[in-house]
Amino acid sequence: MAEYIYLVPLFPLIGFLINGLLLGRLPRAAVNFIACASVGLSFIVAVMLFFDLRALPEGQRVLEQVLFTWIPSGALQVNIGFLLDPLSAVMILVVTGVGFLIHIYSTGYMSHDPGFGRYFTYLNLFTFSMLVLVLADSFPFMFVGWEGVGLCSYLLIGFWFEKKSASDAGKKAFIVNRIGDAGFLLGMFIIFWQVGSLQFTEVMAAAPAVFAAGGALVTTVCILLFVGATGKSAQIPLYVWLPDAMEGPTPVSALIHAATMVTAGVYMLARSSVLYTMAPDALAVVAIIGAATALFAATIGTAQNDIKRVLAYSTVSQLGYMFLACGVAAFTAGIFHLMTHAFFKALLFLAAGSVIHGMSDIQDMRQMGGLKKYMPITFITMLLATLAIAGIPGFSGFFSKDEILWKSFSSSHGHILLWIIGFITAGLTAFYMFRLIYMTFYGKERMSDEVKHHLHESPRSMTLPLVVLAVLSVIGGWVGIPHVFGVTNHFEHWLAPVIAGPHQEAASHALAAAGSSAATEFLLMGLTVVLVLFSIFGAYMLYKKRPELSTSLAQKFSGLQALLVNKYYVDEIYGALVVRPIVTGSVFLWKIVDVLFIDGLINGFAAIYADISQVARRVQTGRIRSYATVFVLGVVAMVGYFLYW
Amino acid sequence: MPVSAFLVLAGVLFAIGAVGVLISRNIIVLFMCVELMLNSANLALIAFSRALHVVDGHAFVFLVLTVAAAEVAVGLAMVITIFRNRETINIDRISILKW
Repeated sequence: MAEYIYLVPLFPLIGFLINGLLLGRLPRAAVNFIACASVGLSFIVAVMLFFDLRALPEGQRVLEQVLFTWIPSGALQVNIGFLLDPLSAVMILVVTGVGFLIHIYSTGYMSHDPGFGRYFTYLNLFTFSMLVLVLADSFPFMFVGWEGVGLCSYLLIGFWFEKKSASDAGKKAFIVNRIGDAGFLLGMFIIFWQVGSLQFTEVMAAAPAVFAAGGALVTTVCILLFVGATGKSAQIPLYVWLPDAMEGPTPVSALIHAATMVTAGVYMLARSSVLYTMAPDALAVVAIIGAATALFAATIGTAQNDIKRVLAYSTVSQLGYMFLACGVAAFTAGIFHLMTHAFFKALLFLAAGSVIHGMSDIQDMRQMGGLKKYMPITFITMLLATLAIAGIPGFSGFFSKDEILWKSFSSSHGHILLWIIGFITAGLTAFYMFRLIYMTFYGKERMSDEVKHHLHESPRSMTLPLVVLAVLSVIGGWVGIPHVFGVTNHFEHWLAPVIAGPHQEAASHALAAAGSSAATEFLLMGLTVVLVLFSIFGAYMLYKKRPELSTSLAQKFSGLQALLVNKYYVDEIYGALVVRPIVTGSVFLWKIVDVLFIDGLINGFAAIYADISQVARRVQTGRIRSYATVFVLGVVAMVGYFLYW
Repeated sequence: MPVSAFLVLAGVLFAIGAVGVLISRNIIVLFMCVELMLNSANLALIAFSRALHVVDGHAFVFLVLTVAAAEVAVGLAMVITIFRNRETINIDRISILKW
């Protein structure tokens, strides 16, 4: 069954090639069909692979397929090879499954856009790159997919490139990602230097022997890889590109924020979990950055008025949760949250897209309101996603978030402070999400009459993915119901062979202290739920019951309000500290070093030769007799030389 | 006659031709001087051929004559064109191809 792993990335690649090479020559229906079918087929293959993998005994669930050697260079052998294990199986299911729904949705969303061919070409390439990323069997091949999603995000964020802000956002995403990529590359170099291989299986098997646990080297590697992850997965300090990424079409935001791209960093950390568990210091850094990002982005999210911006900051915040989980060595919880987040965040973005579509491209929530009765399907599905992200018991987000919070408290790498930050963030999440719901779907209808006239529920191609994702958002968490409810955590069990971590130790620990620990877990869970309900009530009071209260509150704390609306001025600070010096330095290099020195040197030499030539060319008199004289004298001299010397 | 006599004559003719090329202003005279030089070389070739009893020199002379004829044909055509354009065959005046 390992023989057909390559089909998973192959189908989107074929779709990309057909749509890309025949760009502008295919009718809309054909483009739509090819794009959706390619991802759909690869989803089917992914499902088949998943069941094949499940049928294998637990210890043997690692399938490798090497197609050919890509870079044979001495000790460095890089294969075009795929690695299917429980971790990558989960990832390809999420990527192809959610990606497929987003493709279908896009056929409706982009139905009025003339650039549909280019759009679906990029979208297929994006899916292909992400599948390469998660299926790669070595760091360098993973890096190919890593760069591929970076490229596609640039292309898709800047899809409407005639708009200055969109092309700027695309460039920003690309440049910020490059900074992270440098860290990833350096980490890879150290691994190759120390281990002599970049195959995941070999590196992970050799790591305990090669690296000293907790040593400086392995910590450096982990930090460097994490720098790469902060770029791709939008963590402090490199998160700034993600909120701007909403300049692209909304389904692209859904794809970037949910199924692909930003999850790459979390996946990479989980993939390298063996290394990370050996470097507690690096784990602490990951946890602190993750928790800080979660809280930081959530506070910004409470003050934004653009519906997509709220969701963008929510993504940054939720990614912070995932890194918090990885940072306390609960990689399973991180991947679990990645999966549930993929469901509900894709749904939130697609529903927001549906709202924007219905609102004639207005994104400002202050101009919305009362959409509930115009867009019932969008409203219900979005509400379900909101309940999921807020962590209402029973919904998918509750289980994954609770698992992260519990692990950040109970894990041997955890800390009570990390839990408190996660706890506060959970409250903020519920608050800003319900603020969004109340501002958009309830209250006075604040839009203009013209917009209201066009207001309509979205077509079937858009609502159908919403419904499917809504179902997944509700039940998606049920695969990972924690032990404390007296059932097996299937998800954790499934990932256990791949993820290094203190499970065995934790499991025995949990058994020993089952009584008190279960009580604590229920207590913390209850606290979180109470806080979430309280936050929802707060949002209800401020934005539904008495909207004037929120404005007066905003006036009272106008300083704080301005700080949050302006996103803590981070963009401005980066502009002053990083961008401006680089631009100034570049102008110096250009005007002084390049134009003055380098050009001056070359042009100076040219001028010297020109001056010499001015003198030398006088030899060419144009008189035949003078030439003949020189010629004869030369012959005489030569003859004389040969005869008498 | 010894071969040296032919060679002396060839040398004298060559020198006359060379000096003629250097001092003449008339392009036709210049051409004739060039021909004189070529033919002095021919004379030397014939002389060697006879002295050494080999036929190579004769063959070579025919080659030189052919080339000389072709050269004169081209050269005279150019002289005619130059004369038509500039109405002079004084080579000191035909000196714009410089610098």
